Amino acid sequence: MSYSLTEPSKRQKWFAGTLVILYAVVTMIPLAWIFITGFKSPADAISYPPQVIFEPTLEGYVNLFTQRTRQTQEFLEANPPEEWYDEIVRQYDMVIVGPSKFGERFLNSVIIGFGSTFLSVFLGTLAAYAFSRFKVPLADDLLFFILSTRMMPPIAVAIPIFLMYRELGLSDTHLGMILLYTAVNISLAVWLLKGFIDEIPREYEEAALIDGYTRFQAFYKIVLPQAATGIASTAIFCLIFAWNEYAFAVLLTSGTAQTAPPFIPTIIGIGGLDWPAVAAGATLFLLPVMIFTVMLRKHLLRGITFGAVRK
Amino acid sequence: MSETTIERAAKATPPSVARKIRGLSDRAIAWIFVGPSIFLLLAINIFPLIWTINLSFTNFRANRPNREVEYIGLRNYERILTDSDIWLTMQATAHFLFWTIALQVVIGFTLAYLINKKFKGNDLWTTIIVLPMMLSPAVVGNFWTFLYQPQIGLFNYIVSFFTGLEPSSFEMIGSVALAPWAIVIVDTWMWTPFVMLICLAGLRSIPDYIYEAAEIDRASKWRQFWTITVPMVLPFLMLAVLFRGIENFKMFDLVVQLTGGGPGSVTELTSINLKREAFEKWRTGYASAYAIILFVTVFGLASIYVKALNKVKER
Amino acid sequence: MKTVKLMAATALTGVIGLTGAVGLPATAAQAEDLTLCWAAWDPANALVELSKQFEEESGHTMNFEFIPWPNFADRMLNELNSGGQLCDLLIGDSQWIGGGAENGHYVRLNDFFDAEGISMDDFAPATVYAYSTWPKGSENFYALPAMGDANGWFYRRDWFERDDIRAAYLAETGQELREPQSQRELLQIAQFFQEREIDGQTRYGAAIFTERGSEGITMGATGALYAWGFQYESEPGSYDMVGVVNGPNAVEALEFYKELYETATPPGYTDSYMGESLDAFKSGQVAMAMNWFAFFPGLYADPEIGGDTIDFFVNPPQEVAASTLGGQGISVVAYSDKQDAALEYIAWFAQPDIQAQWWELGGYSAHNSVLNDPGFVDSAPFAGDFLEAMGGVQDFWQEPAYAELLLAMQKRLHDYVVADQGTAQEALDLLVEDWTEIFEDEGLL
Repeated sequence: MSYSLTEPSKRQKWFAGTLVILYAVVTMIPLAWIFITGFKSPADAISYPPQVIFEPTLEGYVNLFTQRTRQTQEFLEANPPEEWYDEIVRQYDMVIVGPSKFGERFLNSVIIGFGSTFLSVFLGTLAAYAFSRFKVPLADDLLFFILSTRMMPPIAVAIPIFLMYRELGLSDTHLGMILLYTAVNISLAVWLLKGFIDEIPREYEEAALIDGYTRFQAFYKIVLPQAATGIASTAIFCLIFAWNEYAFAVLLTSGTAQTAPPFIPTIIGIGGLDWPAVAAGATLFLLPVMIFTVMLRKHLLRGITFGAVRK
Repeated sequence: MSETTIERAAKATPPSVARKIRGLSDRAIAWIFVGPSIFLLLAINIFPLIWTINLSFTNFRANRPNREVEYIGLRNYERILTDSDIWLTMQATAHFLFWTIALQVVIGFTLAYLINKKFKGNDLWTTIIVLPMMLSPAVVGNFWTFLYQPQIGLFNYIVSFFTGLEPSSFEMIGSVALAPWAIVIVDTWMWTPFVMLICLAGLRSIPDYIYEAAEIDRASKWRQFWTITVPMVLPFLMLAVLFRGIENFKMFDLVVQLTGGGPGSVTELTSINLKREAFEKWRTGYASAYAIILFVTVFGLASIYVKALNKVKER
Repeated sequence: MKTVKLMAATALTGVIGLTGAVGLPATAAQAEDLTLCWAAWDPANALVELSKQFEEESGHTMNFEFIPWPNFADRMLNELNSGGQLCDLLIGDSQWIGGGAENGHYVRLNDFFDAEGISMDDFAPATVYAYSTWPKGSENFYALPAMGDANGWFYRRDWFERDDIRAAYLAETGQELREPQSQRELLQIAQFFQEREIDGQTRYGAAIFTERGSEGITMGATGALYAWGFQYESEPGSYDMVGVVNGPNAVEALEFYKELYETATPPGYTDSYMGESLDAFKSGQVAMAMNWFAFFPGLYADPEIGGDTIDFFVNPPQEVAASTLGGQGISVVAYSDKQDAALEYIAWFAQPDIQAQWWELGGYSAHNSVLNDPGFVDSAPFAGDFLEAMGGVQDFWQEPAYAELLLAMQKRLHDYVVADQGTAQEALDLLVEDWTEIFEDEGLL
């Protein structure tokens, strides 16, 4: 390779790399701590000084997924533990009486997350195509207006939505949350997707049109495959938003359609907060997003800056 | 309003093209493609906004369906703007905004600058740094309260390890002096990567030849930094500030989980205060006026800012 | 494109279908899936246990939605105000009764009680007044007393009985160490234990309520306020609060609570409620703790700190004897479409023998047949204290505007006690201002 004037020196690279890695390690500590705490016993979790080395246990995960009650000695002796998870709760004189709500709430997150993502990407792609290909007067103003609705604090938006959903019977329903998250996501989806579709040369479609394709055929046979990457990364953005959303979920759902974020902080044991169970729930909830992020980092990182920089 | 836009959209498509195509006309396709999105936005964004404006002139309470609703003019607005408690929450919000943005800009830009040195494996480390901002603020914020526990929390322990302070001698969340900083720290931890990524995009947009030319002119590195790097990245940085500003003005989930607005009301940001008014006190009319005031404030500030941003870009 | 239409159609029918479903009456005979909502705490587990009998007898299935206390009011009031159908039965806090009745969230139970032969005379009068009636003291019942409760105290009996500790206390204060007989004595004992080394560990005085988000600090501080003779109004129903709510007694009591907080609680105790109080006591951090009687059976049964290690006392008097009321009644939610089955549950729950089992399992029955039983006082170490406490309970406002009134008090108390802003007089003056404004908005002033 030829000598470059702008290529940083080895020492500079080494110095920069060390600092960045140091920052990355520090920034990971809280996340690592969540992960570790999930495998601690409640006593280890609140011991002082905080322990890095401890005997791992699945108590947190068992507590996360079960409901337990304390029982009398006679009852415990009459009913010996059957499975390994029975034994774990036995050390506190408790028996498992059934599953906790965590599974349901996690499933709600999945349904609402994927449902709203599908809907916003579906509608967003159509709208983005129209904005990209047809000369829409005032398109920029309209797009900016669509985006500016995101400036409203969610609590402010939730006031009329609460009243509207109460009238329509959409409170605490999956459909209600899917529609709401779709409405919130669609502005960003259109914005991002329009950028991706703009990059696809019009000539392809025009050639197809001349070949006798209808406009609609041209759209789904030519444009959609070309925009697949863009659609995928937009979908991930929408999914992450819906997955992480808290304000609407806490105000508009109470049980049936409640998602995991408002639920996880309310996991309590007998007495105070059961930190290992909270950490276990957090781990299960955060891990998919972390894996997604690492796996799809190229598209994702492009998406984050893309949305911002295009503006 | 939107219908006419679509109408115009369809009309604007040259008729020559439209005629050439078999099947649906472009006009119909424009309708069908944009229609559902516009409908959804109208139903779930615009109509509620209008409803909120309407409610803001009433004494309506969502928890009192049987009570008569009266129009009380601008009384809600008057009460909000003269309420000293609300000014205190505005101050708390301003403190939060200023310090989170300041810290995130400094750290985020530094990180981007270092990553742009293109050391080996920089993209992997970038991804790791980005992780916190991808996660649920409510879930993570909740866990930070554990890290901040005075006796057993990791944060206090680490601070005491480096400073020698007794870990139970300070309470990040409980003390009036420290709580505003506790939320700044977590927000900075979470969102610095966002500023970093945008700065990185800015740094990468600077073509090498500009630096090469500067080298040939024998400009010092220091001078290159201030005359090339900073001005070229500035528009990006300002954009990042705009986004963080809007997001943190709306801040709810993270801080609600961390401090719940306490102790007392020292970390009660506007969104938390609004939530109390709207969904705990159920003063719906009052809260609607509050919401409109917040919306106008953000929109106004953002518009002024965008104008400034455009001026910077033109330079 | 067909998909678009299809989607829209599905969405629309979805909406219509859901709207249509609201308010459909259910047929009585069929087996229903009932959901009962309550707070997540020890007695709730006991209720699950008890309800198994109901499932067997009636054929209905019981589901439970238990919400942690800090979120309970917030979540449930939101649920009621949104007209939600999550809960068929709700064991709601006593202060919700005004709103529940006036806004039509709760079903009025008079006709049902008459038809089933359930008489409110069979329940302790204080609980009927507090948990069931609206307007207060009228003959309109919106709930059946489900769980009597008041704020009480428990302490480390083993420490109180140790000779070295007793001697040290006598040397420091010139008095015998005993269950406190007044609020001031409680403070003195708590200060004695504050930062004292016992068995090689630093201990603290007392765990009290300081929570900001829901009702914690109000429930804790009223324990002191009521003991100093605090009243909400000069005349019941007058809403005349000036000089009463912010009178000299109230100021003294609030200053006392702040002193208790500052000089006799564990470090970092800035936002603590029931859970934190239990944790502090169970981990051996504190000598005394305040908490609801509801937790006492669980505490007494605790293998670590229960039994002989623990004992209980009623909130000590100062000027007068009084305790902060807790407890709940069970109501049928008006938005439920399974009201008949829900009423069936209440009829079952009201039976004297079920009420007796309820007390055995750890629930505080309010039924006279349980409370007046000669063996009741000796049935548990805290049973006598419970009766004593229930004899002098006072409750917060139960007005429909309760949530606003409570939030104002939470803010003013926390600002003063924990965040150390202003004086007690200023805090209570501001509280009177807040409350006056609320009652003016209500058209009551």
